[in-house]
Amino acid sequence: MALLEIKNLHVALEEGTEIVKGVDLAIDAGEVHAVMGPNGSGKSTLAYALMGHPAYEITDGEVLFDGDNLVELGADERAQRGLFLAFQYPHAVPGVTVTNFLRSAINSVRKARAGKEDPIPIPEFRKDLLGKMEELNVTRELASRYINDGFSGGERKKMEMLQLAMLKPRMAVLDETDTGLDIDALKVVGNAVNTLVGPEMGALVITHFPRVLQYIKPNFVHVFYDGKIVAEGGPELADTLEADGYKAFIPDLAEAAA
Amino acid sequence: MSSTEKTETQVVAEIGADYKYGFHETEDYFFKSGRGLSREIVEAISEHKNEPDWMRKFRLKSLDYFMARPLPTWGGDMSGIDFDNIFYYIRPTEKQATSWEDLPPDIKNTWDRLGIPEAERKFLAGVGAQYESEVVYHKLQEDLEQKGVIFLDMDSGLREHEELVKQYFGTIIPQNDNKFAALNSAVWSGGSFIYVPPGVSIEMPLQAYFRINAENMGQFERTLIIVDEDAYVHYVEGCTAPIYSSDSLHSAVVEIIVKPRGRCRYTTIQNWSTNVYNLVTKRAVAYEDATMEWVDGNLGSKLTMKYPAIWLMGERAHGEVLSIAFAGAGQHQDAGGKCVHVAPNTTSVITSKSISKNGGRAGYRGLLEVGNGAHGAKSKVVCDALILDEESRSDTYPYIRIDENDVDIGHEATVSKIGEEQLFYLMSRGLSEAEASAMIVSGFVEPITKELPLEYAVEMNRLIQLQMEGSVG
Repeated sequence: MALLEIKNLHVALEEGTEIVKGVDLAIDAGEVHAVMGPNGSGKSTLAYALMGHPAYEITDGEVLFDGDNLVELGADERAQRGLFLAFQYPHAVPGVTVTNFLRSAINSVRKARAGKEDPIPIPEFRKDLLGKMEELNVTRELASRYINDGFSGGERKKMEMLQLAMLKPRMAVLDETDTGLDIDALKVVGNAVNTLVGPEMGALVITHFPRVLQYIKPNFVHVFYDGKIVAEGGPELADTLEADGYKAFIPDLAEAAA
Repeated sequence: MSSTEKTETQVVAEIGADYKYGFHETEDYFFKSGRGLSREIVEAISEHKNEPDWMRKFRLKSLDYFMARPLPTWGGDMSGIDFDNIFYYIRPTEKQATSWEDLPPDIKNTWDRLGIPEAERKFLAGVGAQYESEVVYHKLQEDLEQKGVIFLDMDSGLREHEELVKQYFGTIIPQNDNKFAALNSAVWSGGSFIYVPPGVSIEMPLQAYFRINAENMGQFERTLIIVDEDAYVHYVEGCTAPIYSSDSLHSAVVEIIVKPRGRCRYTTIQNWSTNVYNLVTKRAVAYEDATMEWVDGNLGSKLTMKYPAIWLMGERAHGEVLSIAFAGAGQHQDAGGKCVHVAPNTTSVITSKSISKNGGRAGYRGLLEVGNGAHGAKSKVVCDALILDEESRSDTYPYIRIDENDVDIGHEATVSKIGEEQLFYLMSRGLSEAEASAMIVSGFVEPITKELPLEYAVEMNRLIQLQMEGSVG
């Protein structure tokens, strides 16, 4: 059984509109899966629903993580088990420094895992943080700023990667992480993800543009449209998309173009 | 007595671990006035303290003012205060102890639980602590004494520096200023008296801890701080109180004089139990080029009405009020600040942050006044409110009176709620809903906590966390 197994997942908005209409996916540690689709296909809803956003209701299906169904769990419990979502639009929390936030998050996860308070020793935290910031090419000054408050788009995305690197989840969902990044930043982010993917972590990369997949090499590519996976294949599928766009896989788009 | 103790025991047992400071010690007082207020009580207090005649007369006249004035009809609901059922004076020990060892065991025990010895170790400056109506433990570091700094409880201040006290006492807040200032003026006991001589800068904050430990006890401390020319002091008071079944009244008066080029900062963290009426008058005057700063955190109490004021009397004087109010279930925090610009080119900033949850009511009430002739005055008022649920309430009453054309006045107000998206973001990193909410609230008040001494900032965040833990299912 794969680390993350999504079975027949249906997701609806609170008012009832169904957005995700039966998705099956199995992702193991060490694997990178890309979910690619045009705007409005429901990709971000899939990401939010996996993480447990209260505005998205899972109406049918299962999300199995290490064999346990996550569907009834809150976002905090999913994170404590090792699921991570890199946000497309990360939120600002004024007054809370990056350092303070990261340490609190790490300690919450450690507490949940140990069943008691088990705070990370400060020297260990500090060493890890400074090392990760250097790898990600993040200026030290950012650590004492308030999370995402006044950050540029690129800084926000790097901050998501810093959180990913510091929290060391077992499965990372990256929602449109490439948007707003220039090529240099994209390389840094790609390297960070590639370094983390291995026996300890798998990744689901959700994206609109195939470009990011030059930097994060997927093992599997799934084409997503209207809440469903409409085509699947290896990394070569991304190349086809790069060359021909989505219309080859999406009958409606092909008709509209014709 | 036995029935009272039984009640107290029951109440304390019921408190459990909900309220961190909800413990109490058995009462063992040297002198306790009867309940209620009368000329006889006031005479007895003055006589018991061996006060000079002018102070006795001051008290009696204040009592007349108190009796004559009606209860204020604005602010919060004060109808629950039973003035006839309050002890106006309790003196815990026969005479003031000068060292830790001399303190009675039950008082030491209470203070141990509040962590005072630890605080003393951490801070090299003097520790003054108020237990009931009288300061029983007071220690001033030798270097402060050598610099000529006076840091005493108010009663000792009156005994040892009568002329200095007489010169300033009641001059900033007249005895008839308001009903509760009049009450304090009549029955005051304890508080701090500080004098900082010209040019002396005290780097470590001076601290005092206040604590109510008897049922139905009023606490009426009186503080007078004089910062002479070019001098600096930071005074910190922290308040915690155990919970009792019936209502308690805390009504303090704090008067501060900051002379030319002097600077004074006065920091309060108030965490009274939620049956205490906290009705306090605080006012400072700042002369030429002087700076006065009030940092005021209000977490506890049933009703707090407190608006630290600064009168900017000299040219280029600067005043700042930073105020936090946190109201939970059954609480009403009516807090804010006042700045009155009397002299030209004076500047002031009022920053208020209020949080309400579980049906609590927190608000800002402030006055900004610029008198005729105070040209070039600049002032900025910012009040932000955070409302945590549908049942809670926030009010803003910004009074502004400008009697001068050449002024620069700014006012900003925001009201916000904790957003679902912000909560989800933090929870997706492993924080529980309570932890995430507490983090958002801590961030909201950060502009003020960062101004606190580290120990108090930590305590403040812990108190917020404790408040938040009970607020979400």
